[in-house]
Amino acid sequence: MMETKKISKVDLIFEDIDPREILTRVKGMSATEIIEEVLESGLKGRGGAGFPTGMKWKFCSEEKEKDKYIVCNADEGEPGTFKDREILDRVAQKVYAGMTIAGKAVGAQTGIVYLRGEYKFLLPQLRAELEKFHKMIHELGFDFRIDFRIGSGAYICGEESALFESIEGRRGEPRNKPPYPTSSGLFGKPTSINNVETLVNSVIILKYGSEFYKKMGTQFSTGAKVFSVSGDTPKPGIYELELGMSLLEFVNEFGDGDTKAVQVGGAAGFCVPRKLFASTVIGFEGVPTGGSMKLFNSSRSMYNVLHNYLDFFNEESCGQCTPCRVGCQQLLKGVESVKRGESKSTYIDELVKLAATMKVASKCGLGQSVGNAFNSIVENFREEIIY
Amino acid sequence: MYQTDNLIKDLVKEYGSRRDSLMPILQGIVEKHNYLTDDAMVEVAKELDISAAEVYGTASFYSFLDTEPRGKFVIRVCKTITCSMKGKHEVLETLEDMLKIKVGETTSNGIFTLLETNCMGWCHKAPAMLINDTPYTELTREKINEIIKEYMHK
Ligand SMILES: Cc1cc2nc3c(=O)[nH]c(=O)nc-3n(C[C@H](O)[C@H](O)[C@H](O)COP(=O)(O)O)c2cc1C
Ligand code: SF4
Repeated sequence: MMETKKISKVDLIFEDIDPREILTRVKGMSATEIIEEVLESGLKGRGGAGFPTGMKWKFCSEEKEKDKYIVCNADEGEPGTFKDREILDRVAQKVYAGMTIAGKAVGAQTGIVYLRGEYKFLLPQLRAELEKFHKMIHELGFDFRIDFRIGSGAYICGEESALFESIEGRRGEPRNKPPYPTSSGLFGKPTSINNVETLVNSVIILKYGSEFYKKMGTQFSTGAKVFSVSGDTPKPGIYELELGMSLLEFVNEFGDGDTKAVQVGGAAGFCVPRKLFASTVIGFEGVPTGGSMKLFNSSRSMYNVLHNYLDFFNEESCGQCTPCRVGCQQLLKGVESVKRGESKSTYIDELVKLAATMKVASKCGLGQSVGNAFNSIVENFREEIIY
Repeated sequence: MYQTDNLIKDLVKEYGSRRDSLMPILQGIVEKHNYLTDDAMVEVAKELDISAAEVYGTASFYSFLDTEPRGKFVIRVCKTITCSMKGKHEVLETLEDMLKIKVGETTSNGIFTLLETNCMGWCHKAPAMLINDTPYTELTREKINEIIKEYMHK
């Protein structure tokens, strides 16, 4: 069994700090020094995929192009995630500071925040904060400017290459990879796309140092993470916790005493049943999460949960590639027909195989992750799905 | 139907006529008129010098860029799992009762359109809905009554 940590709350993301002080120091650092510090911290992307941020910045910095971009991914569409909105609402200056640091590290002068349309109500406030921020970095001598782009209600646009397509004025259909964004991203230019929370983490690392940062979390999951807690819990909301705790610790803290399952990582994540709480680590070495933690108690039908997720994917699949487009439809129709008794219960096993095929044959992370929820729910709650 | 008058030209002035100006321009039209007419899309295509099919192809991809007539206030009720567990059904029922329309429909006076949408990031304050750009959370029958009455007088 993997080693787990006790649950431990921290207060760094929302801490009220003066970005001017950190940026003044960053101004005096070389790009290599910034990248080294972030690499050393072990920070991994907080948007879901968990790619090491320092590596991303390093690759992007090594590109020879003059025009490069920093994109802040504020599309936050994963069901059960609402932490990026809270971060932008409360500490926007720290997000902008993170983008400026990233810009200095990779050699980019332009930053774009892609904000989901559902969060457009925040825009006036974000623009006012940005005006103040621009003034400050201008005084400090940074050659960096940030602008906003707004989404229009498409989950898939959170996928990095679909997000670029959307900014470029097209349908949000993911591109083939490679090339990766660090060499050919927005407008075909080297781009570092980072999640809102990742960017704020880079500010924390530069303020307190990588040594401090690494003391939090575990060897493979350094630092802390903002969790979005919802579902059957007496205290839904936003919590910043060190990575590496066991799911049991988490449920003891947030459960209602009757938790039967936790969906970790949203619709694209995994469903963990009660019997596995103690052996499940929340972190990159166990079950990773962009922050979404949904608790379900014994009054809930896991068929309804699964059906809701499949309906979600069926609507949000961009339809570009067949395994995902047709796969999502068939999984949804399939579980419905088994439930109605029109198909035999063994048909579920065919659907499990279909979900596995989607994992290998789909073009992007959406189609590739439908099987996570599907297989983990079907495996653990088969009776509820069939009867 | 509506007349775009100078709106599209103004939006082009503000956002430019490059391909990447397309989304802000379409969003600007929807902000003012709630949906995109064929005429509006054709005019945008001319301004950006791209085919109307490209404009329609882009617009039809995005759920917030409606290409069908919508009311002045578009209500989007979240239907993803937490909202669904915490009373989405009652929210819809209340709205349908008050507005005398079903999901997908617009009131005959063209004021309200009722739609469902996927997770909008308010799971900790479920159930939630969006009216145009404004989110409303922790909805109850009483709360919805008050909110809709307010909009009826806008
Ligand atoms: C379907 C899909 C949706 C995604 N949605 C988001 C999102 O809303 N926010 C986000 O930061 N990353 C999202 N991602 C991950 C991004 O593609 C990308 O990995 C991330 O923005 C990189 O930032 P990070 O390294 O800081 O995590 C999504 C990926 C997929 C496949
Ligand atoms: S996997 Fe799904 S969302 Fe991704 S490109 Fe294929 S159809 Fe589109």
